[in-house]
Amino acid sequence: MAKMLPKTDAVIVGSGWAGGIAAAELSKKGYKVVGLERGKAQVREDFIGSKDELRYDSRKVMFQDLSKETLTIRNTTDEVASPNRSNDTNAINGTDTGGSGVHWNGMVYRWLPTDFEIHSKTVEKYGEKIIPKDMRLQDWGITYDELETYYDKFEKATGISGEPDPLRPGQRSDDYPTPPQKETEIIRTFTKAAKDLGYHPYRIASANLSEGYTNPDGETINGCVYCAFCESFGCDFGAKADPIATVLATASKTGNYELRNNAYAVRVIHENGKATGIKYVDTETGEEFIQPADLVVVSGFVFSNTRLMLLSEIGKPYNPKDETGVIGKSLTAHQRNLTHTRVRGFFDEKKFNRYAGTGALGVTMDDFNVEQLDHNKLDFLHGFCLRTSQRGDRPISNNHVPDGTPSWGPEFKEKSLFYANRRIDVQQQNGALPWRENYMDLDPSYTDIFGDPLLRVTSKFHDQDRNIVKYAHQRGKELLEQMGADYITVPDINEETEFDKTSLSDHTGGGVIMGENPETSAVNNYSQVWEMDNLFVVGASSFPHLSSSNPTATVGALAYRAAEGMIKFLENGGGQLIQNGKEATASTKG
Amino acid sequence: MAENNTNKPGNNGQAPDPSRRGFLKNSGIAVGGAAGGALLGGLFTNQFGKKDEKKSSAGNDKKTEKRFEEARMFFTRFADFAILEQATERIFPEDKNGPGAIGLGVPYFIDKQLAGPYGNNVKDYRQGPFTNGNGTAADSSLNRGEIIINGLRMMSEESMKRFDTKFDEASEEQQTEILKDFEADKVKIKGISSKSFFKLLRTLTLEGAYCDPLYGGNRNMEGWKMKEYPGSIASYANMIEEKEFIKMDQISLTDYQPK
Repeated sequence: MAKMLPKTDAVIVGSGWAGGIAAAELSKKGYKVVGLERGKAQVREDFIGSKDELRYDSRKVMFQDLSKETLTIRNTTDEVASPNRSNDTNAINGTDTGGSGVHWNGMVYRWLPTDFEIHSKTVEKYGEKIIPKDMRLQDWGITYDELETYYDKFEKATGISGEPDPLRPGQRSDDYPTPPQKETEIIRTFTKAAKDLGYHPYRIASANLSEGYTNPDGETINGCVYCAFCESFGCDFGAKADPIATVLATASKTGNYELRNNAYAVRVIHENGKATGIKYVDTETGEEFIQPADLVVVSGFVFSNTRLMLLSEIGKPYNPKDETGVIGKSLTAHQRNLTHTRVRGFFDEKKFNRYAGTGALGVTMDDFNVEQLDHNKLDFLHGFCLRTSQRGDRPISNNHVPDGTPSWGPEFKEKSLFYANRRIDVQQQNGALPWRENYMDLDPSYTDIFGDPLLRVTSKFHDQDRNIVKYAHQRGKELLEQMGADYITVPDINEETEFDKTSLSDHTGGGVIMGENPETSAVNNYSQVWEMDNLFVVGASSFPHLSSSNPTATVGALAYRAAEGMIKFLENGGGQLIQNGKEATASTKG
Repeated sequence: MAENNTNKPGNNGQAPDPSRRGFLKNSGIAVGGAAGGALLGGLFTNQFGKKDEKKSSAGNDKKTEKRFEEARMFFTRFADFAILEQATERIFPEDKNGPGAIGLGVPYFIDKQLAGPYGNNVKDYRQGPFTNGNGTAADSSLNRGEIIINGLRMMSEESMKRFDTKFDEASEEQQTEILKDFEADKVKIKGISSKSFFKLLRTLTLEGAYCDPLYGGNRNMEGWKMKEYPGSIASYANMIEEKEFIKMDQISLTDYQPK
């Protein structure tokens, strides 16, 4: 029997960016907040001296403990799904205090105005007929202009270092808080080639800061020293904006936020259409607790949010056959074996300091984004960014060789050593659009350590998904030719390239999506559940699709928007914040 | 994939054999004259270039001090370990650049890894049924330690069958032939595809060549030196903008972590 704890104003599942932002904003307003984090406690001191590729990058110790819970995966609804058993293949989902926000690379992009109105804009420009049969584009129920202020807020909370995208004039209310990071020879080489070809390169905005910065809440982030241990690592120097350094520190300072670690949320408790709290297990003792609250916030990764909704039986599960229900629909990802494949250029006569870098040190361009392309002439929708980044190559994972070289033995050794620092990669990141049968539900046979069903992912690639990547690869190849690469390897994408256990990445979206109405979406544009006013589900689970760049800034922006909604909800005595497609006024609230 | 290649005219699709001349031309400026000189000196004297008898972990590293940490904690039969030594050396052989797997301590690294949480799949999801024996190593109902043992013994069985000699006593060409067939999934192993076994073995070998030396591989940071990888450097802020390649001395966690 679960032990009932004293009631609090708000309980928040997760302590990553989404949960951390909600915690900071609510606790600053004086609300008492309890945070539940499935992973262990960690502080900045844990990251000092952590430059250990084997431990963090190969053994992935900062990622989800799959012995407790994982996903099952299949391609089609008539298959039996099998579990993703190891982090060697799993999406790299964070666990522990700060969540994935601790070990991110720090690339910050704002998504495009077209993204938020993707269905309307596509139909307006090309007609309904350009949308493939099983693709399900949906507007987000919010516009870029409405979201801009929240992007700005996230960038200021994190001190982002960047410069404006030359192809998006007038879309920013303010500059980035800090200038771009230092320029390297790799960045100069890419930039020159891109300009020679008539493109508009600009520096990737980075959460690894070019200089020390104090955010509006008084939290300080240090200037980055380019030590090259970002993704998979916590920052050794407090120079990467993460939830621990920023929003969680702000929440703690108020005295109103209590974070409980090793607290594994298993259900949203609810009655009569109202959430009453969270049931969780203390994984150190095995004890079950219920934390009651006036406001319940679920802000884990896509999979946790979707699974918690399904296990708690809130909202109607999505059925891909008749397309009824909403929970679990529109699973999209920047797939590691498709989107995240790279074109690699090898240089016999040029040598770069590839061992140095930061997670977001690079240059990008938007010349092929959804707004720049004419899709009448193409065999795909949406678009992509093209970029190169200098994250700092580590030696276990950096063994790239030109095509035709064996993957082991004398020739492999010779060439992997020779080219270790003689390489530039071009990476595309493309829009990932939703398909009718790409969705999540509960697995009928596999369970977690508590005996609850695992989340099951059903997903397949379509021609669109492969075509956009193949097209982007060719543009990447042209860039590397312009740079003078001696050998260029283009990943082989063919009909057999299929969604599998290696596909899901830290860039995954959907499951509890936002939208214009309760028939087609689970939450409104404040991330408030349509059918349960005091439950907010925040994070990438609310993305109806993924745009052509990294998702964290949009998670952050939507979380600031959601936090504003939570405060309105608590201040105004409850009710739906969006009614008949409009902001509810105080008098219309039920 | 060949049709996707961009090769300059005259290159015939072949990557060049990097020559010492090309290497020196491109090795850039050295940080700290003494360190850079020492490294280049090492290359010229080519101390690893001599072709010798098959190495073993016990073998010809005459001047090394006694390594108390080099005893087996996972492998019970020396015969299995001897196969491991030869297999990893074929994957990452000694050459003019420097030591191979054995010289870097890779077999002992793997022994330690298999004895610990990774070899026992501690952080993996292990509930049955295990339906996908042809998937990755983690999809097998065998743990990683068992996979390596089964795979190594099957390599020796293949060697006996084909060449009437144990794998570790077969010629390098024979060993390579067997490894290639495992990589190509041509051999049956109980509980795991030979391809997935080989992939795990290759991954472990590279991990052992390039991990921080604290794990027992990358002995004396020789793996990093060959790759011109500096290791745990606190800051690159002062050099990251440089146009030329900068060669740095290696630092391991022994010297980096606070004590």
